[in-house]
Amino acid sequence: MIDVFDIMGPIMVGPSSSHTAGAVRIGRMARTLLGEKPVKAEVYLHGSFAETGVGHGTDKALIAGLLGMATDDLDIPNSFEIAGRRKLKFSFEETELRDAHPNSVKLVLTGESGRKMKMQASSIGGGRIMVDKLDGVDVSFSGDYHTLIIQNLDNQSNLSDVSTALSLARVNVANMSMHRSAKGGNVMMIIETDDPVPGYIVELIEKQPGILQVIHYVKED
Amino acid sequence: MNLDSMQEIVAAARREGKRFWEIILETDMENRGVSRGESLDKMAKNWHTMKEASEVYTGERRSLSGLSGGQGKLMHDYAAKAPIGGEFMAQVIAEALAMGESNACMRRVVAAPTAGACGVLPAVLIPLYWRENLLEEKMLEAMFTASGVGAVIAYRACISGAAGGCQAEIGSASAMAAAALVHLRGGTESQICHAVAMALKNLMGLACDPVAGLVEVPCIKRNVVGAVNAVAAADMALAGIESRIPADEVIDAMGEVGRRLPMELRETALGGLAATPTGRAVKERMASSKKKQRVLTIKDARWRLEKREPQGSK
Repeated sequence: MIDVFDIMGPIMVGPSSSHTAGAVRIGRMARTLLGEKPVKAEVYLHGSFAETGVGHGTDKALIAGLLGMATDDLDIPNSFEIAGRRKLKFSFEETELRDAHPNSVKLVLTGESGRKMKMQASSIGGGRIMVDKLDGVDVSFSGDYHTLIIQNLDNQSNLSDVSTALSLARVNVANMSMHRSAKGGNVMMIIETDDPVPGYIVELIEKQPGILQVIHYVKED
Repeated sequence: MNLDSMQEIVAAARREGKRFWEIILETDMENRGVSRGESLDKMAKNWHTMKEASEVYTGERRSLSGLSGGQGKLMHDYAAKAPIGGEFMAQVIAEALAMGESNACMRRVVAAPTAGACGVLPAVLIPLYWRENLLEEKMLEAMFTASGVGAVIAYRACISGAAGGCQAEIGSASAMAAAALVHLRGGTESQICHAVAMALKNLMGLACDPVAGLVEVPCIKRNVVGAVNAVAAADMALAGIESRIPADEVIDAMGEVGRRLPMELRETALGGLAATPTGRAVKERMASSKKKQRVLTIKDARWRLEKREPQGSK
């Protein structure tokens, strides 16, 4: 079933829904997942992003997204200059990512508190994106839903804590997956929900033993 | 309802005593769980964005590659000089160029159904809106009609150049625009279907061969052919001319042709115009300038910003 407004729309700054709008969304997603203002971004472009990225403004779009711009922001072409004013340092490099979608990018970010994050994402067409790796763990979520990204230790039964918390608020889960880097390592729980998760539930989950971090990504229109 | 067949949308419209566009509107309300007003408002936002993009176009901007810009302005000026196809057709052409250029120059557009084909629908809607003093609500009806057509094509075939060549991208936009025009001129549901079928048939087989992989050459001018073809298909349908092959079958055939197009002619920039000596030269030029752009320092960028755009301007 195709959404009427997937056909008429999105409203976006050109020239390409995959190479420009999708790149903005990847940058924005990375900023949200970092949870704070990025001060440094190392950008590694793969495949077609590396090949035709400059002509499509992919590089500018990624930085625009990291600055928090939306896909229809007319300042996207000026993002490098704006990054300068907002003290975001960035660099670009071309790279080969293993088994990656042709429109892929790896971002290594440092936030203002010193927090670091690595994210690999792909632009899969029509402005839609997919986060493929987060801090070295293989994941798979699109930002088409409200999403909880929960990091916890591999030795706790946090799954039931989380599902109990969600059922308290009657939040319906659309998709759910768990990923880990290695046994006993960090676990990443990705929970996509139909409704946004209330703030007090996010806090409740954060307080459970073994939970390292909770990020709530609220779906954008 | 599932927007998977032109015939079924028309049957539903007849059964319920509604127009084609109303079926699409109600489908959106149902799918997204929104009110009629919310759905109409969202479409209005798209319409306003199209109109605004047209109004702010000056022809002064150039794309990052330097390949595009200024042609919409040339055509617009020429529209007053007794063009061969008449003033209206010249305006359609000018609008298609302006919108395609705006997209290439990183301005705000409405993907319909894609960014590369964003010029086709506004190119036919905006000149008609001004010429015939149409009401905004009528324009929204036309855009719902067009969206329904696009949804069926996306379901049965495809709407991206990478999947099905330019016929899927500009071809779909052209079919959508033809349907919108038939609605605006008071055509019947059956005429909408014939217009869709004819518009899509006329562009079947069109390759996607963007020079240097950019949405510029030949994409911007292909928006023109999509728009002009939409006007022709709508006029034919309104004249009572029918497509011998029904719309759904034409859409299926387009999907089939798209699947058979070699990979080189599906947005990979390996064939067609992209593979001409001039096309290759553009690509090489882009590759060498890429290195230069990458080492752009913040200081250079600031200097460029101050030189190019006064503080606070957009």
